[in-house]
Formats: sequence, C-alpha cells, structure tokens
Amino acid sequence: MPLIENGRIVEDRFRRLADDEAVPAEGAVLLPAERFLKEAEALKGRAAPVGVLWPNNRRIEEIAPHLPALALVALHFPIFRDGRAYSQARLLRERLGWRGPLRATGNVLRDQFVFMLRAGFDQLEPSKATDAAAFAEEVGSHSVFYQPTGDGRPSILRARLGRVAPAGAAG
Amino acid sequence: MYVYDEFDRTFLAERVAEFRDQVERRLAGALTEDEFKPLRLMNGVYLQLHAYMLRVAIPYGTLSSDQLRRLAHVARTYDRGYGHFTTRQNIQFNWIKLEDLPEAMAALAEVGVHGIQTSGNCIRNVTTDQWAGATPEEVDDPRLWAEILRQYSTAHPEFSYLPRKFKIAITAADHDRAATKVHDIGLRLHRNAEGTLGFEVLVGGGLGRTPFIGKLVKPFLPAEHLLSYVEAIMRVYNRFGRRDNIYKARIKILVHEIGAEAFAAEVEKEWEAIREGVLHLDSDVVADIRSRFVYPAFETLADNPPELAAALENPAFATWHRNSVHPHKVPGHAIVTISLKPVGAPPGDATADQMDEIAALADAYGFREIRVGHEQNLCLPNVAQKDLPALWQRLEAAGLATPNVNLVNDIIACPGLDYCSLANARAIPVAQEIARRFADLDRARGVGRLHINISGCINACGHHHVGHIGILGVEKNGQEFYQITVGGRADEHAQLGTLLGPAVPYEQVPELIEDIVDAYLELRQSPKELFVDTVARLGIDPFKERVYAAH
Amino acid sequence: MTSPLQQKIKVTGPVVVTANRLADGVVVWRTAGNTWSTQLADAAVVTNAADALALLEGAQKRDTDAVGPYIAPVERDAEGLIHPGNLRERIRVAGPTFDLPA
Repeated sequence: MPLIENGRIVEDRFRRLADDEAVPAEGAVLLPAERFLKEAEALKGRAAPVGVLWPNNRRIEEIAPHLPALALVALHFPIFRDGRAYSQARLLRERLGWRGPLRATGNVLRDQFVFMLRAGFDQLEPSKATDAAAFAEEVGSHSVFYQPTGDGRPSILRARLGRVAPAGAAG
Repeated sequence: MYVYDEFDRTFLAERVAEFRDQVERRLAGALTEDEFKPLRLMNGVYLQLHAYMLRVAIPYGTLSSDQLRRLAHVARTYDRGYGHFTTRQNIQFNWIKLEDLPEAMAALAEVGVHGIQTSGNCIRNVTTDQWAGATPEEVDDPRLWAEILRQYSTAHPEFSYLPRKFKIAITAADHDRAATKVHDIGLRLHRNAEGTLGFEVLVGGGLGRTPFIGKLVKPFLPAEHLLSYVEAIMRVYNRFGRRDNIYKARIKILVHEIGAEAFAAEVEKEWEAIREGVLHLDSDVVADIRSRFVYPAFETLADNPPELAAALENPAFATWHRNSVHPHKVPGHAIVTISLKPVGAPPGDATADQMDEIAALADAYGFREIRVGHEQNLCLPNVAQKDLPALWQRLEAAGLATPNVNLVNDIIACPGLDYCSLANARAIPVAQEIARRFADLDRARGVGRLHINISGCINACGHHHVGHIGILGVEKNGQEFYQITVGGRADEHAQLGTLLGPAVPYEQVPELIEDIVDAYLELRQSPKELFVDTVARLGIDPFKERVYAAH
Repeated sequence: MTSPLQQKIKVTGPVVVTANRLADGVVVWRTAGNTWSTQLADAAVVTNAADALALLEGAQKRDTDAVGPYIAPVERDAEGLIHPGNLRERIRVAGPTFDLPA
C-alpha cells in the first residue's frame, strides 16, 4: 500500500503486527488500540517507535494520556462513507494537541484527500496506487476553502472572521 | 440578493472542472458505477426511472432573474423544457443526460448556481422563509444567517460523510413558513427580553419513516455563537449517530434514543470547548457578510395607491389580490406569491417559457429577485403596489395567476412513481385529480386554508405527515394504495397527522378527500374555523365515521 | 450494487433484465445476444431463476454500457408480445402517466 506524507510517496517504516506476534525490540511498529492499551506500560520501555491504530468507534479522548509515548496515530476509514475519523482527527489536532504524524488508513480514496488534509491528517494510505499517483492533481484542484479548521489553510470565513487560529490551537 | 465574489466563482469553477473530469473518467470506464455514484450524488445527480435527474440548490430559496433565466436555459437545452421546484426550495431537472451534465453545470456555475450538496450525507441547502427580507413579521433577515451557514457548510471537511443527510431551516418570523420544526436543526431567530438577537434551537425533527417534531435543546443561543454551536451539534452527531442501519441514522434517532437532555448536555460540553474559537461571529464579520446583501432601492410610496384601488374594481384581480398578495415591510409595496399549481398541472412544475417570463416580470416589477417556497410556489418579494395590476395581467397570460395559494388545490406533491426510483406509488396524478375536483375556486375558497401533502413513499419528500390532509402512497400486492392522515401541520404549531383508517386504492383517493372536506364543512363552527382547527377540536373520529361509512 | 449471488431471486413468471444506459439514462433491456436494446420487444425473456441469474450476471460484467441492472417482471399477451409486468415498469416504458408540461 503506498503511503503519502506531506505530498510525497514515501516508504512506510511502521510494521503492523499480527495479533499473536511478539513486539520486536527493533523497528517501528503499529499496534491496534486494544493491544496497545493493554501493553502500554510494557511498551513505555521500548526505544523504537510505537504507533497506534485507533478504531473510529472508540472515544479519541482515551488516547490523551498515551500521546507522549506515541510516534504515530493512525485513524481508520472502514468505508469512505464512514466519516467518524474526521472528527477524531480534528479533536486530536485541535483539542488534544497532537503534533506528530496522523495517518488515514482503510478505504482512503482521492476524492477525500483534501477533506483528510483539512481535518489534520498528514499521512494518507490510499487504497489504490492510481489515487496515490493523482495526489498532486487532486489537491491542486482545490485552492479555496470556505470554513476554518485547525489545518492552518486560509479560508474565506476565517478571512472574514479576521483572526487566524494558531496551528494546533483549540477549535 | 447576496452578491457572490471571486472566491465563490473560483470555488464553483474548480468543482465544475472536477465533475467534468469525473464524468469523463466514468464514461471512459476508469471509474466503476460504485465509485462514481457517490461523486455524482455529491453534485446532485441521481439516476431515476427514465433518466438522470439533476437537483440544483437554490440557497435559502433566493434567485436572481439572471439565475432563473439560466435555469430556463438548462431546461430548454438539456432537458425537456421544464423543471420541478421541490419542498426544499430546490429545482430538479428530470430528463438530463450524463454526457450533457458537465456543460449544464458549467452554464449554471456562470451565474453562481450548482447542485453541490443537494444529495449525500452532508449538510444540505439551508432553507428559510420565502418572504425573508420582505415580511414585516421578521426580527432580522434570516438569509443572512442562512448565508453564514452556507459558507460554513459548503465542502465541510469534517461533515461531508455524516451518518445520514442533514437539513437546517431558519425562520425569523413568529409565523413559520420554513417548517423548521421538522428539520434536523430548526432555528427560530428572535430577540430575548434584553433585546439581544439569538436562536431558539430545535434538534431532531424530521419526517420519513420515523417522523418527529424537533426537540428544544437551547431556548436562546446568542447569534454570535451560531457556527460554534452548530459545529458542536454536528460533531456530536458525526461521532455518535448510528451507522449500523440507514433507517436509524438520522440525528432524530440519536436524539430520541439518548434523550434530548442527554443530547443537549453532550453538545453543551463540546460547545464549551470551541465557543470562543475561530467560529465566533464578531459583529464586524456579521456586518461584512450583511453588507454583501444588496437590498432594493425602494421608492417612497404610500399604501393603497389609486392604480391598485381602481384595479380592485375588477373581481378577478380582486380575487387574486386577496389570495396571492401579502403585506410588505416597506409602505406601498407587496409580496406576491406565484402559484405553480394551475388546476390539473403537476404541482411545482414550471416550463422554461414560464421561468423566462417570471424572470422578465422580476426585472420589470420585482427588483430582479425571485423566491422559491417550500410549498412549491414562487414569489416576487418586492413589488410596488401600483404595479400589481400590470403584473397580474402578465401572470394571468402566462398561466401563473391561479388564485389558489394555501387552498385545497395548492397541493404539495413529490415526483412519485412517475419519475422516482424510490417511490411505491404515484403522487402527481393523485394531486391533479384532487385539484380537478375542487377546480371551482369559489368552492375551494369556501373551504379555506387547507394543505394537502402527498408523498409517493415513506421517505416523505411530499411532507405528508405535516399536511392538514396527508396522503402516503404504499404498495400492496403490486397495487397502489394510499394512507390518509389528518391534522398535521408544518408551521409554528407543527404536529404530525393522525392516521384516519385503512389505506384505500388509487381510484378512491379523490372521493375520499372530498368526503373529508365535506365532513369538515358540516362540522366546523364557522367559516373562520380552519380545517386543521376543526380536527384539533373534534379529533379524527367524526371524520373517520363519515369517510369510512361512505366506502 | 448488490452482487447477484447475494440477491434473492424468485422467479414465478416471465422476466427480463433491465437497466439505464450510462451516457443518457435511457431505459434499456438485455437481449439474448448479450447486448442492450432500447426496445422491450428485443429483450430476452426467461422464466426460471437460474436463467435470470445468468442473464443478470452477463449484464453486470461491464458497467460502461448500462447502470444498475435488475430483474423485472413481464407479461406475454395472446399474440406472444411482451408487456411490462407492473406499474413501475409500465412507467419506465411509457413515461409519466400524465401530460408533461409544455
């Protein structure tokens, strides 16, 4: 699966572990939330990066105490029409102050790239290679935005609101 | 009119280009139908029984004459010469070709009109009073707040994939012409005891399979907090609304299941975190958006000018005037409703020629502005009273002066099985036949205000639950049957109608409606007691006995 | 679109497969030659679930010609001519049941 970070296709250094697979000492790993929460104490001693794959039906606020220990948060779109992870992403960025990498996984399609970026994702894992290749074209076709989010892009309402939210600041 | 700027034009041009590309990819086979469907829906393109259907948004029901002319052009060039105005202040074209859609969209975009967010699980076109800005009843122009919400909700990154569609309506008058109590969010703009402008916020109203009247979650929200509070509602809904069952996914089910109080508390908690953030509406921001609304340069005129008094000698004009003309906030002016319900025609349809003529009339007499109301009629909100006789003559010539506004043959009807792929039964021919039964407008006037609403399926696009008489088409063993409800209303006293009895077959509906009306004429205390008030006073039993005894 | 394998198919009389043409939405019917026709008279008529399923599967192989194929009932008259089997299909063949605005 291709991974796009800050507009470029990059190699994914995080490895997803199977449920019964022991956490290796080396290398970045991505763990499902349930396992991560169960093993959170033990993982604190791990030198290599740990990421968590947070499901879209679990309150994102629960992740707050663990953020300092995390190197990646991945949020899941089981189907592109299920938009819960957009709210989770904005809360992570704008409420919980997460500045690290935020990845969209699952049914990630080009027609939602811009929404995802605006919600605060900076890593996208597109389902289709052709979509990944169309990233620049897709994002380039959106130059104006009506409403402010925490993504820092200028928006017409924000221009009218006459103030700019500092990146990562509340709402 | 709100004046779009370079920003809006750029936005639309980019989206039209994107849709053109998507259509090309689809026609070339690069996109499957499963992939393309959500993209076309996002642009208001449905596939119906006979053809594609394009639904075009008319933000808060306001059109310029240029925009209406362009709609006529699209109807004539890419469709079959007519369009259908809907209960959500939109217009639909029923026969459009996918391969022509990019051109049609580009033509619409040139005048700032589009189909974006007229479908899909997003925030839909925000609707309001078709008399906004003109009626003396309002505390402020609700279109200002609808426009703020339009900007906020257009291509919203967080709320474009909600559990289900989301509809917001605003009224700024005590008399609610926008059916706000049966919307996902209903907003009533008013002033509190201190004179501050704010909203009463209702959430979880709606029709469809599980109808509810909206529940009060905030009696007074200062207007400056509109966006942050709406965002809090949307976020709570997006996070916690049901997604396991499409029939339980609307916000009304969430509000119903957790209770209005618990829902309001959850929203309040979210709102506390964002209320002073970037969405706070400072007064200069509101003033800036307000300044983009251009209001007519009204002449100083007196009420009841001699031209009007003379014309009122003509009984036909006087009848139309009594029925279709309403008071304006500016002396010497009036609000004119244009009935799209000529007896025997499909409710809400207008031909391209009629649209052109109405646009010309708006230029000549109405400061170039036209409104669409949820009852599927049009309106010229700003007409000098002295021009009413000339206006009437031209409306009459174009078949647009039927004086039946709010009468028994001013029927709301969805497209039904004649067009719609979801429908179980026809709606338009039922409306046509009922209207013919009351074609004698003296008889209709004798009945007084009576709203008949017809839906061809449980999705309730014809708002049958809130019709004074509601008619719902269902299918029984391959035959069209209709359930009849009475006592519903969509106004400030909104309530759901009560089922009268067993469903009846297609052929029996018009007669049954006549029986209900006859029963009312016998039962009412005086001609001043409206049908819906008689039902409220007596309940449905006397109607039931009368109607089912006859069948 | 629901896969035909998941679709419950109950065939109790003559049926055809119908859809809308991709480019313009016009109503089309599947023919015995595995093409699409705008004439109901050209439609392949089948009378059992297996044949109906086969016809539908053929129709679903390519979605660049027609969209949303499904099985619809038809009736044969005394002369063997095919007619739509219910009101919905009659309307798809003949258009709305009232005069269109003009």
